[in-house]
Amino acid sequence: MIASRDPQLVEIVRLSLQVSGIALLFSTLMGVPLGAFMGLSRFMGRRFAIVLLYTGMGFPPVVVGLFVYLMLSRSGPLGGLDAPWIPDLFTPGAMVLAQIIIAVPLVAGFTMAAVMGVDRNLRQQVEALGATRWQSALAAIVEARAGVIVAIIAGFGGIISEVGAVMMVGGNIEGKTRVLTTAIVLETRKGEFDLAIALGVILLSLTFLSNAVMLQLQGGTIED
Amino acid sequence: MPETLYELRDITKRYGKRSVLRVDELDIYRGEILALVGPSGAGKSTLLRLLNFLETPSSGTIRFHGQVFDATHQPPLAIRRRVTTVFQRPVLLRRSVRANVAYGLRLRGERDANERIDETLAQVGLAEMAHLAARTLSGGEAQRVALARAMILQPDALLLDEPSANLDPYNVGLIESIARDLNREQGTTIVLVTHNIFQARRLANRVALLLDGRIIEVAETERFFTAPSDPRTGAFARGEMIY
Repeated sequence: MIASRDPQLVEIVRLSLQVSGIALLFSTLMGVPLGAFMGLSRFMGRRFAIVLLYTGMGFPPVVVGLFVYLMLSRSGPLGGLDAPWIPDLFTPGAMVLAQIIIAVPLVAGFTMAAVMGVDRNLRQQVEALGATRWQSALAAIVEARAGVIVAIIAGFGGIISEVGAVMMVGGNIEGKTRVLTTAIVLETRKGEFDLAIALGVILLSLTFLSNAVMLQLQGGTIED
Repeated sequence: MPETLYELRDITKRYGKRSVLRVDELDIYRGEILALVGPSGAGKSTLLRLLNFLETPSSGTIRFHGQVFDATHQPPLAIRRRVTTVFQRPVLLRRSVRANVAYGLRLRGERDANERIDETLAQVGLAEMAHLAARTLSGGEAQRVALARAMILQPDALLLDEPSANLDPYNVGLIESIARDLNREQGTTIVLVTHNIFQARRLANRVALLLDGRIIEVAETERFFTAPSDPRTGAFARGEMIY
């Protein structure tokens, strides 16, 4: 079935990559600066913020799905507004939103740890060379790039593999919101074990391939 | 009278209740090599950080580039960038040697400086190592990269905080001759913090002794070592100082 490129299957794979890919992009754009800020700055309430971040990293995806569901439902605070930029329930947009909420703490938390691991004298040295605050923060992030890539890998791993949130807010609708994880649940319930296993293998392969790509991005620093 | 690059007046630096530095008056002349000597914790590195505007004084003024700066009035970026420091431990970036030397220039928006980088690397004897990963270098080589990365900025003042403290005699000599040449050929003002009084004697035009955050004496090198005004200076120079 895999070899025959069933159009339904292609659509499922495409949607999985699209939803998690877009969610990962936004999560990286928000999570990396957030993690760097948490790692480099000292502000009142920082410890509390860090605990919140840690909690977010381990948050059950199905509960995130529940939260987004309640927000977006017609009787919910966001769903009732009917604004064009708020995604509707049972659309890929809602799935992306839920996965962003899952991935941001992961990306931010690991970025924070990576940045905190950078030589504490770097900031002084780089400022002595004439760096502004921003340039200094950027230097720390680039120094920690091996760890920042791991943060992105962790974020991707968290969302490509989750089923609770996308099931809740997407509904596993054929041709619209069915992704690899929700399709595996469905096919197993239907008793189509061969198909379910095939989907599982595809999911594993996708994850393996994208992580291999990210290892390439880590470049030479992993050999340090 | 030689032109002054820095004029420090009534400078103090406190961390909480602890006073670490108190300099009533210090002039640093353009084109000189001034050595700061004294025991650990005497405030030498703090003074260097103030000169590089990495920290603000608790009180007092620093006149630099014709403008007066104090705790509330810090120099703008362009003036801050006229000074740089080479620290005891060179913090090199996880990049090539070339990229490290180029870093300060890139901060200032200068991208295309490959020729200057090659020249500067040749001046520190690392011309063939431009493409190597900076992290793989030995201590002496790394410190020379740090020196190159500072020199290429052509600063008004080059501050050296124990630049050869961890190095073998060959590299110590190399660093000293690079600094000496820089001062002689470019007229770069150098302020050198060193534990090594012999190094101070070899390199400096003037030497200042710091004890407990205060400048005990500033004098031309020969007078500092042979006919100092303060008895503590003599004791320190002879290695007799107990602290």
